Amino acid sequence: MELGQMQGRLAEFTKSLYMEGILDAQFLQLQQLQDESNPDFVVEVVSLFFEDSEKLLNDIARALDQQSVDFKRVDAHVHQLKGSSASVGAQRVKNACVAFRNCCEEQNVEGCLRCLQQVKQEHYLVKNKLETLFRLEQQIVAAGGSVPMAEMTF
Amino acid sequence: MGLIRTQEETGRHVRMLTHEIRSTLDRHTILKTTLVELGRTLALEECALWMPTRTGLELQLSYTLRQQNPVEYTVPIHLPVINQVFSSVRAVKISHSSPVARLRPLAVKYMPGEVVAIRVPLLHLSNFQINDWPEFPTKPYALMVLMLPSDSARQWHDHELELVEVVADQVAVALSHAAILEESMRARDLLMEQNVALDHARREAETAIRARNDFLAVMNHEMRTPMHAMIALSSLLQETKLTPEQRLMVETILRSSNLLDTLINDVLDLSRLEDGSLQLDVETFNLHAVFKEVLNLIKPVASVKKLMVTLNLAQELPVYAVGDEKRLMQTMLNVVGNAVKFSKEGSISIAAFVEKSESLRDSRAPDFFPVPSDNHFYLRVQVKDSGSGISPQDIPKIFTKFSQTQSLVTRNSGGSGLGLAISKRFVNLMGGHIWLESEGIGKGCTATFVVKLGIPGLSNESKFPFAPKVPANHGQTDFPGLKALVMDDSGVSRMVTEGLLVHLGCEVTTVSSSEECLRVVSHEHHVVFLDVCAPGIDGYELAANIREKFTRQLEKPLIIALTGDTTDKVTKENCARFGINGVLMKPVSVDKMRSTLSELWTNGFYTRPS
Repeated sequence: MELGQMQGRLAEFTKSLYMEGILDAQFLQLQQLQDESNPDFVVEVVSLFFEDSEKLLNDIARALDQQSVDFKRVDAHVHQLKGSSASVGAQRVKNACVAFRNCCEEQNVEGCLRCLQQVKQEHYLVKNKLETLFRLEQQIVAAGGSVPMAEMTF
Repeated sequence: MGLIRTQEETGRHVRMLTHEIRSTLDRHTILKTTLVELGRTLALEECALWMPTRTGLELQLSYTLRQQNPVEYTVPIHLPVINQVFSSVRAVKISHSSPVARLRPLAVKYMPGEVVAIRVPLLHLSNFQINDWPEFPTKPYALMVLMLPSDSARQWHDHELELVEVVADQVAVALSHAAILEESMRARDLLMEQNVALDHARREAETAIRARNDFLAVMNHEMRTPMHAMIALSSLLQETKLTPEQRLMVETILRSSNLLDTLINDVLDLSRLEDGSLQLDVETFNLHAVFKEVLNLIKPVASVKKLMVTLNLAQELPVYAVGDEKRLMQTMLNVVGNAVKFSKEGSISIAAFVEKSESLRDSRAPDFFPVPSDNHFYLRVQVKDSGSGISPQDIPKIFTKFSQTQSLVTRNSGGSGLGLAISKRFVNLMGGHIWLESEGIGKGCTATFVVKLGIPGLSNESKFPFAPKVPANHGQTDFPGLKALVMDDSGVSRMVTEGLLVHLGCEVTTVSSSEECLRVVSHEHHVVFLDVCAPGIDGYELAANIREKFTRQLEKPLIIALTGDTTDKVTKENCARFGINGVLMKPVSVDKMRSTLSELWTNGFYTRPS
């Protein structure tokens, strides 16, 4: 595939992520922070996010598995996850966390487990999508092109 | 049969006449038309209208049918025949020899025709003003006289008289319409004239203001140009190799030029001060430095006069304040300058305090009620001299523009007397008061002023929360040398915030716990970003602890809370209490961070390294 086509595909793909609400404006902000002195900023932040969040999700699952569930603790983890997903622009994950916190407040184990599923799903989705995104970017760079800065014109 | 026909005809004629009469709103046309049509319809020899004069005492022959320019006969209004006609609604037959009937030249030899007269009611003029229609209290009637042709055997028939009566009424109505129209047109014309006059006056005033502003602008420019030359060249001179004495001289020249520049601005400001359109420049500045500068500027003059000048700054006087630095300095210079000017010998003492609440109510300034608050303080400056003093009766005049008392004039002091007037206005604008005390001639003088200044960094009105007031394109694009400390327990958030600040050119340190934060924070940090909604970390307590770590105001960093919560946990009161200077919602955009940092820069919390 030639460069122009690849860039077009990337643009389309990126656009779809925003349209579907998987990513929000914060992701754009991250891309703005990437420059010559910090060329891999986005990838680094996103990687850290996935590391962190996977750990958090495991912690949450374990906490919900206890005989007597410590909802405060669960809430604290979810709060963390909400914060970090907001920081990278993972909008659907963040929203799922908000719903999760409500369940924690109600101290409803069933509800929490359902929420956890939801969060996991969204997390999995955004992880896949971003991996695809980064792969496309790498291909373009390897082919000698540059990745244009996305604009929120839609 | 004949009668009906004539009645029909009468009706037709009436309608036709009415139509003609009512087809115009012009008084003259109405009357002329009436006479013409009547004349034609009734085959009259003559038809005339007598109008009451201005005085109301006479009737004047105003319109006739046959004569082009009727001679303006008048008859007294109180003639019996006239009274007779006026008191009847019907047409009245009158003698052809009565004064009102003498319409034709006397050369007529033949048998004159029968004459009738009828009153024509004029609208009662108390309803509205018609300036050239006469006013009457009692008899607002005109008189219409109709003459049948002479030498004809004609006599007035009833239907003809009826016609005349109807027409007379119609004429009255038409005349009243015409009158109304005339009046409204007159009123409209008057209004238009007034508008034109007002417009003219307004334009003249605008021209005058423009002329004044142009003059000021030109003078401004003319005066500034040599000033700038002086300042620029002195600055350049400073850069060259100079002996210590020369350097001192150049520095004094520069300082004086800057001062003069400010004074020029203020002569021009005075007009704006009078307009009320002058606004103070509000910014953070070094208050102690202002006093020192005043001292430096005044010392040369004082030492020539062998006057001792002392400066005493109170312990608790803040180093930094928010206000109009230039104008505060000018006020001080004015006051201190006067003290020096009017002292031949002795000493001058300048003292500055922070006004305490109890002493804020001053009996000498009974209208002045300063109200201290969290973010302001009152600065009191007292300048005592041992000079010539002021006599009690002169004290009230001191602040009047351009007034110079006798003693001052004889002193040959020069100056236009504007200084104190301007100072007073500045002090007033700064929410304060200025006054002089003297025990009399030869007994020295104490000048005191109190002004309200802001405390930098704490809830200044609209600076909290940090709503970016500085638009993005106004701020700096990067902030080299700005040292920031970021405390956040989330690795991802930390990384993002760090990335943001690094992108804007800052030097960033990150920590993940309160303890670490307290350990690491130093006086070199300009700003600390705290994540206040991290569970297990009390952001407020941390903020308070950070502030306590530094005793000197200058060393305390600005503290900005970062929160992802929209709950009201982070409230204005709490933030003010614990010393948090601003709140930002996570995630923070590049623009928002940039404008927040710009505001720091504007407020003097951080200066770009030169």
